[in-house]
Amino acid sequence: MIEKQGAGTWVTHAILIVGVLTVAFPIYVTFVASTLTLRDVLAAPMTLIPGPHLIENYSTALFSGTKNGTPVSGMLLNSLIMALVIATGKIVISLLSAFAVVYFRFPLRMVFFWMIFVTLMLPVEVRILPTFKVVSDLELLNSFPGLTVPLIASATATFLFRQFFMTVPDELVEATKIDGAGPMRFFRDVLLPLSRTNIAALFVILFIYGWNQYLWPLLITSDHSMDTIVIGIRRMLAAGDDQVEWPVVMATTMLAMIPPVFVVVAMQRWFVKGLVDSEK
Amino acid sequence: MRVRVGYNNKVLPYILVAPQILITLVFFIWPASQAIYQAVQRQDPFGLRTRFVGLDNFAAILEDPGYLNSLSVTAIFSLSVAALALGLALLLAVSADRVIRGATTYKTLLIWPYAVAPAIAGVLWMFLFNPTIGSISFVLKALGYNWNHLLDGNQAMILVVLAATWKQISYNFIFFLAGLQAIPKSLIEAAAIDGAGRTRRFWTIILPLLSPTAFFLLVVNIVYAFFDTFGIIHAVTSGGPARATEILVYKVYYDAFEALDLGGSAAQSVILMAIVISLTVVQFRYVERRVHY
Amino acid sequence: MLSRRNLLAAAAVAALATGPAAAQQPVEIQFWHAMAGALNDWVDELAKGYNDSQKKYKIVAVNKGNYTEVMTGAIAAYRAGRAPHIIQVFEVGTATMMAAKGAVKPVYEVMEQAGIGWDPKVYLPAVAGYYTTTDGRMLSMPLNSSSPIFYYNKDAFKKAGLPDVAPKTWSEVRDAAKKLQASGVPCGISTAWPSWVLIENFGAMHNLPMATKENGFGGLDTVFQFNSPAHVTHMERIAEMQKTKEFDYGGRRGDSQVKFTNAECGMYIASSAGLSSILKTAKFDVGFGMMPYWPDLTKGPNGGPQNSILGGATLWVLGGKTPDEYKGVAEFFAHISKPDVQAASHQRTGYLPITLAAYELTQKQGFYEKNPGFEIANKQMTLNPPTPNSKGIRFGNLVQIRDMIEEEMEGVFAGKKAAKAALDSAVQRGNALLRQFERDNK
Repeated sequence: MIEKQGAGTWVTHAILIVGVLTVAFPIYVTFVASTLTLRDVLAAPMTLIPGPHLIENYSTALFSGTKNGTPVSGMLLNSLIMALVIATGKIVISLLSAFAVVYFRFPLRMVFFWMIFVTLMLPVEVRILPTFKVVSDLELLNSFPGLTVPLIASATATFLFRQFFMTVPDELVEATKIDGAGPMRFFRDVLLPLSRTNIAALFVILFIYGWNQYLWPLLITSDHSMDTIVIGIRRMLAAGDDQVEWPVVMATTMLAMIPPVFVVVAMQRWFVKGLVDSEK
Repeated sequence: MRVRVGYNNKVLPYILVAPQILITLVFFIWPASQAIYQAVQRQDPFGLRTRFVGLDNFAAILEDPGYLNSLSVTAIFSLSVAALALGLALLLAVSADRVIRGATTYKTLLIWPYAVAPAIAGVLWMFLFNPTIGSISFVLKALGYNWNHLLDGNQAMILVVLAATWKQISYNFIFFLAGLQAIPKSLIEAAAIDGAGRTRRFWTIILPLLSPTAFFLLVVNIVYAFFDTFGIIHAVTSGGPARATEILVYKVYYDAFEALDLGGSAAQSVILMAIVISLTVVQFRYVERRVHY
Repeated sequence: MLSRRNLLAAAAVAALATGPAAAQQPVEIQFWHAMAGALNDWVDELAKGYNDSQKKYKIVAVNKGNYTEVMTGAIAAYRAGRAPHIIQVFEVGTATMMAAKGAVKPVYEVMEQAGIGWDPKVYLPAVAGYYTTTDGRMLSMPLNSSSPIFYYNKDAFKKAGLPDVAPKTWSEVRDAAKKLQASGVPCGISTAWPSWVLIENFGAMHNLPMATKENGFGGLDTVFQFNSPAHVTHMERIAEMQKTKEFDYGGRRGDSQVKFTNAECGMYIASSAGLSSILKTAKFDVGFGMMPYWPDLTKGPNGGPQNSILGGATLWVLGGKTPDEYKGVAEFFAHISKPDVQAASHQRTGYLPITLAAYELTQKQGFYEKNPGFEIANKQMTLNPPTPNSKGIRFGNLVQIRDMIEEEMEGVFAGKKAAKAALDSAVQRGNALLRQFERDNK
């Protein structure tokens, strides 16, 4: 800093503290609501001091769910499977196709490249009905393949790896060729280790992408045993002629946020790098 | 595209790209072409009767006040979210860039909402603003302001904008901070020696250097508000009250899956695709020219 | 995973129960429904009750999400040639299902072809009428029907010095609202399901047509009429009440329930199906009554109310299955219509009893003396023999039309639109959707 620390610094800190508190406030209220009884939550104004029902609400949420829902533990598992399969799948197929596009010359190479690029222009929301129909025709409704495979194609990840492979010096390829190693050896022994940081960074972003999916699971799964936690929360809120069980819903909401937030905070450095690098 | 020292192999590259291409064909390109095909037909939900109707579905959409309303709602919503999320994120990023003590802590405390699903962000804010039991609506009522977003369209819009912004600030913050940290300190110091104060330095040096980042973020934020916010709208307002929050994406979903109007929804999909394609082109033409830090 | 272990145990018990006698595999009948939570258990028990009563057929009841999801799911499955036998469809989907000739097999056909001596007259006309053609053929089997009823906060009434009885007319509701507000209750009355309560049931209670052709029962060329002077006056009066919070709009579906159970509003009109939930969460004594009416607007007998109409869902049978499977479906329907099964369902869920016998049985058991709220819906629906205006409604695209009506109402209550303009606009837009449906189903 150029200036001496002075009054300006206090203002800066104040701005940041207000920012942090504003960002955290909704979560705090949610946490408080998840430690009260339904009666307490419904009594306006709701207290802002945590109550004694934390364990009770969280175990209700985890092991039995609300009246019109399923236990959250199963949903957490579904979300985890979905997030892991999507993140891993995207990374694997993007690595492979980026490797093919950068290190091979073959007919249709540019056609494939543009085909991958076009997917950027077709987010699932704009082609939702026909895509739903394809999945239903393939009899993949209410199944993990149906939930994950259609979301695995990824232009951004492919581009990121392509950019990165372009920066790998040619001498490395030459060296492995002299050793008599084939392309897949080179891919495994040289490229993959070099891409470690990129993979970690992408993994965080894609894990969150998979975990937070909403529209897709909403349509593809109708069996409650297949609910992901984000969809589960929405189902709990749609109580029809029933009262919403806020404390359990709020406990579920907290449980739904913990894994992705933990991943972001724990892998902060890679996550920020990956985000800024992949420009997506 | 530059081709580098590589391998000559007849089969392997096809095997390598096969998974990606297969998924792209089956789940992207084929459905997209189906959408165009369905957009010129009318069909009952059970698929018992199909009629070719040419551009009737498009004509019906463009005459439908509901669709025009949805266009303006989408514009207001995305611009509000983009403006708010960019402005607040820039303020926080500039502040975080200035402090020395606790910078990392602030950063950690500001980036985590990125991990929260939009639908959940919606639920959090919906709870705070619940007309009967919400903490914030209670305070507003005490101040003599009646909050009822189930009836008041503007209030519903404010609510979904708040939820969408809250979730997006962290993303913008990360990019702005990276942009700020990439600005050479020597530039700032030179300006300081010339006697430029903090404010002037911000307007004459920092902001112009940040503008590529800001423009990139503007496009990203608009795309986010267009598509990723479906969860917020669906979980919080279902497009209501009186269609005040019915964004285009929600309408496509509603017409297809709730109203079972297959042709109308497909025609809207086609229009949406055109919008996304133009946004993507803008983004990429710009990315090509973008200064890489 | 506790639940999985329970499932395994249940499966083991089931396997033992059917045991060696089950040499022949029973024919499986797929039944998709939208009943969640406690209601899901109820449907499971209905299926189990039938499965245990015989060995030939096995009903497999699957919850497929909410009403909308069940319908889209079944349609997708039908198009892929894997439709279930039975689906539960909400009342607004009735016209869509009826129009799908070939995809649907009407219930009267299923029952008659099964040859099990089925008598459509055992069903309450007020319930079955909604799902019956004008020439008396029942198209779907009522499962869970409800009607809106009036709830009030007894404690608040006492505090406001009001008699402990439900107001009969809207004018009395207004007076009560004013007195409640004077005693410190912020809002007089709110309703759930606005279109269902304030337009559809308003029309039935006042014997006013919602549309030509017997509210759509008489043909697809029906035209909306709910912008009549009486409808407009009704809407204007409610809008006037909204200004002073004598009436306070609380959102669509059941969103407004918390307004009543939190004692924010002293009176409430909502589905009879919300009964148990309201009794559970209200911190005060709840009183019941019939929906109020406007004496100056009603065309009912003797200037009183006519009768209310229902909501909820029925069971539709999809086409393309074997006669043997249809026989199983018919027997299952006969089973759930039995007086004792039906009475138990009614007492357990708060949904209407669908047969006269079940209603009488429940009376005989003295159930209504202990649970007065459970009889209101039934009494209100059978107040008078239904007229062409009070049998029910049958419109294509009703899901959208309902949303549209509610949208226009929201405009009125928010003070953005005059009642007449809003109803005119709803009628006009609704007619456009009716015409589209007519074209698509020619």
